[in-house]
Amino acid sequence: MTSIRTLHLAAELAPGPEGPPVTSAARTVALARLAEAAGLDFLTHDDSFARPGLDALAVLARVAPETRSIGLVPTVTTTHTEPFHVQAAVATLDWVSRGRAGWRIAVSPTGAEARLFGRRPVPPAAELWQEAGEVAEVARKLWDSWEDDAEIRDVATGRFVDRRKLHHVNFQGSTFSVKGPSIVPRPPQGNPVTVVDATRPAARETAAHHADVVLIRAGSAEEAAGLRAELHRAARAHGRDPGQLRVLLSATVDLDTYEGGPGALAELIAGWHGGGAVDGFHLVPAVPERDLARFAADTVTRLRDRGLLRTAYEGTTLRDHLGLVRPAGQYATTGAGA
Amino acid sequence: MSTPPARKRIHLAAHFPGVNSTTVWSDPRSGSQIDFSSFEHLARTAERGLFDFFFLAEGLRLREHNGRIHDLDVVGRPESITVLNALAAVTDRLGLAGTVNATFNEPYELARRLASLDHLSAGRAAWNVVTSSDAFTGENFRRGGYLDRADRYTRAAEFLATARELWDSWTPDGRPRPFAHDGPQFGIEGEFTVPRSPQGHPVVIQAGDSAEGREFAASAADVIFTRHSTLEAGREFYADVKGRLARYGREPGDLKIMPGVTYVLGDTDAEAQEEAAEIRRLQVSPQNAILALEQIWGRDLSGYDPDGPLPDVDPDPDSALVQGRVRVADPVAVARKWRALSEAKGLSIRQTVIESAGRQSFVGSPATVAAALEEFVATDAADGFILVPHLTPGGLDDFVDRVVPLLQERGVFRTEYAGTTLRAHLGLPEPVWKG
Repeated sequence: MTSIRTLHLAAELAPGPEGPPVTSAARTVALARLAEAAGLDFLTHDDSFARPGLDALAVLARVAPETRSIGLVPTVTTTHTEPFHVQAAVATLDWVSRGRAGWRIAVSPTGAEARLFGRRPVPPAAELWQEAGEVAEVARKLWDSWEDDAEIRDVATGRFVDRRKLHHVNFQGSTFSVKGPSIVPRPPQGNPVTVVDATRPAARETAAHHADVVLIRAGSAEEAAGLRAELHRAARAHGRDPGQLRVLLSATVDLDTYEGGPGALAELIAGWHGGGAVDGFHLVPAVPERDLARFAADTVTRLRDRGLLRTAYEGTTLRDHLGLVRPAGQYATTGAGA
Repeated sequence: MSTPPARKRIHLAAHFPGVNSTTVWSDPRSGSQIDFSSFEHLARTAERGLFDFFFLAEGLRLREHNGRIHDLDVVGRPESITVLNALAAVTDRLGLAGTVNATFNEPYELARRLASLDHLSAGRAAWNVVTSSDAFTGENFRRGGYLDRADRYTRAAEFLATARELWDSWTPDGRPRPFAHDGPQFGIEGEFTVPRSPQGHPVVIQAGDSAEGREFAASAADVIFTRHSTLEAGREFYADVKGRLARYGREPGDLKIMPGVTYVLGDTDAEAQEEAAEIRRLQVSPQNAILALEQIWGRDLSGYDPDGPLPDVDPDPDSALVQGRVRVADPVAVARKWRALSEAKGLSIRQTVIESAGRQSFVGSPATVAAALEEFVATDAADGFILVPHLTPGGLDDFVDRVVPLLQERGVFRTEYAGTTLRAHLGLPEPVWKG
């Protein structure tokens, strides 16, 4: 572990579930630029088939060309969607944002959502999260199904790709199967960043197994530290390096009522982070227009004064911001062709 | 004397170069087929040329040949709707059309994604409805390849009707109302999460020439993407499809007929013809010539010399050699025709394939091409064109710089966008809200 741990900050963009849905791009672009000026690692945009609002991945694709550095992480559900389409859309978000994409995996647990599709009854939450884990796994396989240097454009032999570097994934999950390879070449980050909200215990195993960033909620620094340690242990049990896992505390921020205001919030963030309870924070502003603006203007300045927060982006990809390596492709060394 | 009637206006769309041999990737000017900058360049060029819309095709499984990934053409592309949402940020008026398969999607999710695109682009979304029935593509999906070929349009028609019910489920003044659809293909109910979008319904495009496809387009589409690029075939198709509209209570102007066409420009007609021949040669590499032959013959012909004579064996009519693309209907007849051509002109395999490949639709000086385009539209062979460039991303530059101004001078193409939505560009009526 390095001597000065980087503080990772993210913020949620979606308006609260009350009130009319936001349909124009202008509001979201303005908020994203504000968060980018503040140097945040990434933005999330929540989504479900049961809440009013636009498709979150669409919204962040619309934001991508109007921002330069900030990571873009839409919620993507795995219960009623096609894994093949989902991975292609996330890979494409990575292409259009030039390496800034992630996805926050979520499930659709209600009967009301199931009736929007009429395809299957809702299984118990544990099964939904197991399936979500399988979707995460097949997405990584499909992102890796094109090796980075598969495109060769060799005029002499007339070959555009080296087909030995394209791979069938032949994935057999408990509820679906996918042949592959993907239609989308390997995205700029290799694998876009996988985020899982592990607030609910049913999601924790999937988070420890598959997530690059885990969101947790906790009432005290001790509770957060305990959760983080537990996630590290579980990740290690899956053969993963806990150093490649970021645990962010997700917290609703209402700076209108927060005692002590933006300064006290900076104290709290610095304290929890310095004590090693979490790697950073995921802020859910009660009123994004108001609270994100205040946070950027006041809290961020104080965190920068303490040397905890970047004043300019050093890297260009979301993995750069998070200090996560660009993964090698899982088929890259086998040499076996599709 | 009455004034002559206003000339029929031409509609234009730009097709991003595809993953087939039309696209020449061996040209040094050929850029990335996946970097966003390529999409941005072509879309901005189309908007500079005041085009009606930009068009993306779709692929759901990489093509395979003889059990192996086809490697001779451009391979790989992004997911359409996500690219179009990003392009909405770098264009203001250009329509944004994505091809999305009705077989391997569900109405609720796709209707939501299309309505989102329509909102985020302020009324510029279009959906090219395609269908598929093959188990080969189905291997990438939960639902597999279960669909009978005959059921493709049944599902597509109910899919589109269901999407329209969802788009109509919010009142125009912004109140959500529950929906329920109970049909043979879909039984769904609940509440749609997206308010009615700027166009009411995104523009619907249909591509496909079969009788079922034409009927589906006549009943439900706003634009039909055809392959008829000769005057005679175009007029026949045009009359046939427009003649089907009255049965559905629709006017001839409610469905625009736009063939996908290629073009080559030169300073003179002769120069353009030379350039066109060179492009056809580049489109058929020696390896592609053998492949084209194998696609007809259905046999492994890798031992043949592309510069030598055609094989004397006959095609295998039951071959499963080619996967992920449509096989010609009567391979034996095509083989006979190719042999005759080869013998009559003394052509090698490669020369025969080049000679048999379709000519570019429009070849000539800018003035020649502009006149030909106008004739097509004026004589009811088309309402406009979906231009398919052979180069990524600069393949549309010369058309916009040199042909569009001539069309404008002739009074057959807009000199500015009059409206903001794709429906306005195409002169389509607002969909009636069915509450």
